[in-house]
Amino acid sequence: MKKVGIARALFYYYYYPLWKTFFQEMGAEVLLSRETNKLTIQNGIDLAVDETCFPVKVYYGHVQELCRQNIDYLFLPRVVSIEPRSYICPKFMGLPDMIKASMLDLPPVIDMVIDVSINNKMLKREIERIGKIFGRRQGNASAAYDHGLAELEKCRALSRQGFTLREAVKIWEGDPLPPLPGPFDLNIGLLGHGYSLYDPVISMNIVHTLREMGCRLYFPEMLEMEDIEREAATLPKRVFWTLGRKMVGSSLQMEKDPRIDGIIYLASFGCGPDSMIGETIERKMKDKVYMLLTVDEHTGEAGLHTRLEAFCDMLRRRRSISHESYLSSHG
Amino acid sequence: MKVTFPHMGNACITINALLKGLNLEVITPPPISKKTFELGVKYSPEFACLPLKLNVGNFIEALEKGADTIVMAGGWGPCRFGYYAQVERDILKDLGYEFEIVILEAPDHQVSELVQQLKSLGNNISLWKAINTIHFAWMKLQAVETLEKELEFCLPRVIDKSLLQKIYQTALQDTDAACSRKKIQQILHQAVLEMREIPQSRQQIIKIGLVGEIYTILEPSSNYHLIDYMGYLGVEVTRAIYLSDWINDHLLGGWIKKSHNRHIIRSSQPYINYFVGGHGQQTIGYTVDFARRHYHGVIQIAPLTCMPEIVAHSILPRVSEAENIPVMTMYFDEHAGEAGIQTRLEAFVDMLRRKNRRQDNSKEA
Ligand code: SF4
Repeated sequence: MKKVGIARALFYYYYYPLWKTFFQEMGAEVLLSRETNKLTIQNGIDLAVDETCFPVKVYYGHVQELCRQNIDYLFLPRVVSIEPRSYICPKFMGLPDMIKASMLDLPPVIDMVIDVSINNKMLKREIERIGKIFGRRQGNASAAYDHGLAELEKCRALSRQGFTLREAVKIWEGDPLPPLPGPFDLNIGLLGHGYSLYDPVISMNIVHTLREMGCRLYFPEMLEMEDIEREAATLPKRVFWTLGRKMVGSSLQMEKDPRIDGIIYLASFGCGPDSMIGETIERKMKDKVYMLLTVDEHTGEAGLHTRLEAFCDMLRRRRSISHESYLSSHG
Repeated sequence: MKVTFPHMGNACITINALLKGLNLEVITPPPISKKTFELGVKYSPEFACLPLKLNVGNFIEALEKGADTIVMAGGWGPCRFGYYAQVERDILKDLGYEFEIVILEAPDHQVSELVQQLKSLGNNISLWKAINTIHFAWMKLQAVETLEKELEFCLPRVIDKSLLQKIYQTALQDTDAACSRKKIQQILHQAVLEMREIPQSRQQIIKIGLVGEIYTILEPSSNYHLIDYMGYLGVEVTRAIYLSDWINDHLLGGWIKKSHNRHIIRSSQPYINYFVGGHGQQTIGYTVDFARRHYHGVIQIAPLTCMPEIVAHSILPRVSEAENIPVMTMYFDEHAGEAGIQTRLEAFVDMLRRKNRRQDNSKEA
């Protein structure tokens, strides 16, 4: 059986169930790199140019690990655009070329182009092209891809319930449902690009830490797409980065949600879209406390911990004050 | 209505001609200075790229001078530039400035659309006058670029470099003020003659190709005057980007002159096989092209965190090896120090000179 290596980074978080199902139906076995760890990071930092963002460095580390395994193909998708008239980011568009330039002796690469910025035609052709690599007849790969999409939908249903994308993938793979954390006394909207936010090493465990501090977390994946798009459309110009627009729409929607006490945006240092979107949101936030956290490989976990603690304390204080003033003005 | 716009090298001369031709009152922002940097840095998002910060600085200084309308270009990504105008408007409004902003969204290959956009910006302008104005502005641009190329050629060669700079600066000012086509030609002709008459030294010239992000290449203050400094080191710099090429390729769809772009994109393969925004592909394509034209080296410049250029930068080592050409990448932000930049440039040029000498020697032997 042919083995296909997939990096546990970047769009793994958004598409793994689709990709895994697809390749399995192509008759291949899927090999995933391990969870991000010290070695992944070290390799990534060594291989990638200094100026690139942390998530891309981490991706390099994962690919490096896969290359040392016994795999027949390396899956390196070029995710240009996953919806009309929008992009992810230039780095996603150049990723296969970047990896090829920095690592010699790569196994044969499957560099599937995912670009639906204009229409679906190219994607369909790409699916069939990959089908051919595995000796599939016309139409066969498309059916597998559709099946993959159905699996992906199962996973997304889990994330709508409040599991992070990482947890959702695990449950989808058959892990038992984790016990619900709690109890909570604060409700926080937590935003960021999925591959940063849900990678415990990149995000320095922000999800776990906040839950431990008594926060019930609301993620963008829990919101309705319609609501997100409606809110994002209130900006004078359409945000042409898919994730950026999702973050703007989510934060505006969360601002309206009376349950939510405060909003945190985890941005990556060196991320182009984040450098514009993080502040655009800040300017729009009128009624809710908003914290923009920018992290990279040099950020210390202790410092982050302190900031989160201070944020939670502040929210609790505010709540008790507004509670008191409510009592006094009506008492 | 008092119109202003952001600086980008000598583009102000062309833009001035354009806006004045549309019967608009123009307020050119003061030349980019330390104060422009300070204002831009103070009010822009901390991690935004340098061009955005300098735009903000330009706008604040122009609004203070009485401008009430900003003309700015737009775009649809994936590079951040397409969202600049949005963020800049929010920043300035939050600072309390009152103004209008006109965003020219780059029409993809539709000349007529651009003409329309300009016509409607103009103050009661006939279509004929609009077209005429565009033509006149284009002529100024051509003259300015001829001057720039002449400067880039002469600077490493002439002995009296400050005289050369003086002739160049005067010619630019005169071109800006010129009101007729004939006058533009005269100024150009005269300046080129004078520049060529300055005695030249016989020092061996090192040739370097300059690739990278368009603003950083065109706006000297954003690259800490790299081209001038290279001239003083006896290095001839050839830029990958001239404003006229960009306008021709992106706004006019190759309408005005033959485009080089196809050839460059072809040269970029197999190293980079997809559009990555900005000039990422061109950076690779031109590096290959310079190597094949036997340049001694290539320097890539960009604002820190520029995404398309980081993609290119990640690929350049492979190009450098396969095409056998030394390449150096430099990023710029407000924290860059002139001394550090100059040291790096000197070291790179020294290396090229040594390599060149070795090659000459081995050829003789
Ligand atoms: S969107 Fe930001 S974090 Fe993601 S790859 Fe691009 S620059 Fe990096």
